[in-house]
Amino acid sequence: MNYRKVARNVLKYAVWIIATLFTVIPIMWMIVISARSRVELFDDPSFIISSFYEENYTNVINDETFRGYMWNSIVVATGNAVLVTFLAVLATYALSRYDLIGKDNIFFTTLTQRMAPPAAFLLPLFLLFTQVIVFEGTDRRWDLYDTRIGLILLYCVFNLPFAIWLMKGIMDAIPSEIDEAAYVDGATTWGVLTRIIVPLVTPGLAVTLILSWVFAWNEYLFAATLTAFDARTITTGLAEFVTVTGTNWGEMAAVSALTLIPSTIVVLFAQRYIVTGLTFGAVKD
Amino acid sequence: MRSNRVGWLLLSPTLLILFIVGIVPFIYVLYVGYFDWNIFAATDMSFVGINNYRELVFDERFLDALWVTVRFTIFAVLSQFVIGFILAQLLVEEFPGRWLFRLIHTVPLMVAPIAVGAIWRLMTIPGFGPIPFYLDEWFGINFNIGTSSEQAFLMIVVMDIWHWTPFVTLTLLAGLSALPQDPVEAAQVDGANNWQIFRFITLPMMRPVILTVLFIRIMDALRTVDEINMLTNGGGPGTATRTLGIHIFRVVFPGTDYGYGSAMSLLTLYFTIVICWLLFVLLTHSPENSKSS
Repeated sequence: MNYRKVARNVLKYAVWIIATLFTVIPIMWMIVISARSRVELFDDPSFIISSFYEENYTNVINDETFRGYMWNSIVVATGNAVLVTFLAVLATYALSRYDLIGKDNIFFTTLTQRMAPPAAFLLPLFLLFTQVIVFEGTDRRWDLYDTRIGLILLYCVFNLPFAIWLMKGIMDAIPSEIDEAAYVDGATTWGVLTRIIVPLVTPGLAVTLILSWVFAWNEYLFAATLTAFDARTITTGLAEFVTVTGTNWGEMAAVSALTLIPSTIVVLFAQRYIVTGLTFGAVKD
Repeated sequence: MRSNRVGWLLLSPTLLILFIVGIVPFIYVLYVGYFDWNIFAATDMSFVGINNYRELVFDERFLDALWVTVRFTIFAVLSQFVIGFILAQLLVEEFPGRWLFRLIHTVPLMVAPIAVGAIWRLMTIPGFGPIPFYLDEWFGINFNIGTSSEQAFLMIVVMDIWHWTPFVTLTLLAGLSALPQDPVEAAQVDGANNWQIFRFITLPMMRPVILTVLFIRIMDALRTVDEINMLTNGGGPGTATRTLGIHIFRVVFPGTDYGYGSAMSLLTLYFTIVICWLLFVLLTHSPENSKSS
């Protein structure tokens, strides 16, 4: 019997090691490449970094354009995450506490927006951003194309349904007697939301905020089609390395590594909630 | 119940934004899809009825992209599910190092898809990528995803396995850990073997989690664009890895025929919704669920 147990343990650790290597090696390789100069690129693959070629990083960070992309990404992701979380609190409170006509349909419709392939929306959104939502000023014409505010609003299309689905379960778990009692004491809706509900849902709120932030940071397709220069994000900048500037693999790897930093931080701090978040709260980890 | 007007007021900003960026484009696609519209031509939009859709059914490039998407989804999701289930089964018991496994395997889930593409691109560059290098050195295989369609397709599946198997593993792991142990122990007392326990107890109890995972994975696999676009430079070689999303992004969108492009977008949307709806029905109205409730 003991023999079987040993065999099972050996198998378990073997699988553990293989799966972990498979996950880690590509990321390691990216870091290796980001530490190599052009000349060293074609050396044999080795995962030991003998000398660190910082220029890949410093070149990128000192580049005006790239710094702009980075800043845009930070602004868009933060703006969108805050907006989405705020709206989701209001919306889920309404869906959870009020007897609104067709609220189940509203709830489900939000999910279909998350299912929809983003590529299908590129064309109409492009037209919407360039032709439809336009303000003709006296001296200049203003539209949503290539603006950060445009991206912040647009990312709601996938982040808001996500946030609503995640927050709905959390909101439903708060007994409504708590806010009923506050209303009896004469609190306003706004008062109940800010003084009672928000403190109770803070952990869920933080998870929603963090995950929406990462999704907005990671988005590429919309940013690539709906921005030209001013509002370009880091993900589009990464794609440009391959198509426009020839291919400077070292710098490309450095940019990939930089885009990975926030994701890694999130994993370190919010790892427990990521599975719950990615399954829309359906599976609790 | 308090005044519903307040409820609607709280919900209104959400509905407004989703209406503008979600519903309006949808209606717009629906509308433009019935027209012939070349934005660079002097002529206005002309109504062509369902001709765009009639054309689409025979559009080889569209059907080709659809076929690539379906094949990619089947191969990727199936592999992820099988590998993920085996891993979850092996790792469900507490053991030293389990937390590290979970930590490391959460990383790919949060990596930007475009960076996933970049990472695998670095792995597969002919010349210095480790995959072509070692395949050549150890097995004498000439590996070049820039020229071989089969290898490119294989590579996008491997990339997706890398990206999303951890999601399947961790979700199933969470599901398995939450299962009550009493039925398993009762079955062991009754003399059931491991396979029987797995087949008749674990699997039925895991059904909701399994369906949730499959639902989310299929939904996302059908819309994969970024990483494949990055890895194979827009669906190459030829059209071997050109999924529907890439086709619309790289060919239809920069093109000029907006009516036709809209029709294609709508059909893509429709196709995805039908599949997702079927899965959703399966998820919520399964016979075993209704039996047990």
